[in-house]
Amino acid sequence: MVDRSAIGATDDGYTMEVERGKIREFARATQSANPDYLDAPAPVIPPTFLTTQQFWSTPGAGVFSKVRMDRKRLLHGGQEYVFHGPPPAAGTRLHVRTRVEDIYEKEGSRGGTMTFVISVTEFRDDEGRLVAEARSTAIETARPPVEGGAS
Amino acid sequence: MIAWEDLGVGATLPAREYGPLTLTDFVRYQGASGDFNPIHHDTAFARAAGFPEPFSVGMLQAGILGSYATDLFGAAHVRRFAVSFREQVWAGDVLICSGEVLDRHEDGERRVDLRLEVRRRDGGTAIRGEATFVVE
Repeated sequence: MVDRSAIGATDDGYTMEVERGKIREFARATQSANPDYLDAPAPVIPPTFLTTQQFWSTPGAGVFSKVRMDRKRLLHGGQEYVFHGPPPAAGTRLHVRTRVEDIYEKEGSRGGTMTFVISVTEFRDDEGRLVAEARSTAIETARPPVEGGAS
Repeated sequence: MIAWEDLGVGATLPAREYGPLTLTDFVRYQGASGDFNPIHHDTAFARAAGFPEPFSVGMLQAGILGSYATDLFGAAHVRRFAVSFREQVWAGDVLICSGEVLDRHEDGERRVDLRLEVRRRDGGTAIRGEATFVVE
């Protein structure tokens, strides 16, 4: 059961380095051959690259441990990235912090209540300037997901 | 790269196919992203969860859509990129990325708002997306 009192909760934050080799690996895994990523000495990150923040956060220390979602019924509903200027380039150090923005329920089209958890992650540079934001929608379904649902 | 003159409201972007995707593509993406959920590579685990076989990571097809869009508009030009997940993607799927211009702005710098889609060639919509890019 999702704990609605987690609205407003934040994690402790952490710092991640944007690395050229990681950008190259990610670009190739997402089937890009773009020289902007593969050949530039300090490439910018691909649009969805900040999902790799998972490598830098401590397992179990994230904000989701406070929300207490059931992983067997968990779906990724959507993901949004906003960049306040060109995306950060290799060599940038990002200070990362996630907060639970909202938790709400909706009736599913196939019956049962679905719980939506919206989390927002802010990425700031060494000067404290907001470089990028990520908004994630996680869904806890009434029962384990079936084919045709979200991934 | 596409010229501003060709980016009127309603203009369609050239569609592009990716795949067929393989289980190795899923695993490679999981390694690159750090998401090691076994439902995307472990058949026994996927079956125990009620699925016939492992299915792709939603963020893989989202990332492929990002590759499609940045090839058209340039890596440094993305300002917003949003996806919502619809149908799952399976090994063997060919994905078709497409898009159209929803709106455009010229206040200071030129920007286009795009509607994007990832469609399974033998199925329905896998991802609905929206993006904003700067156009020089």
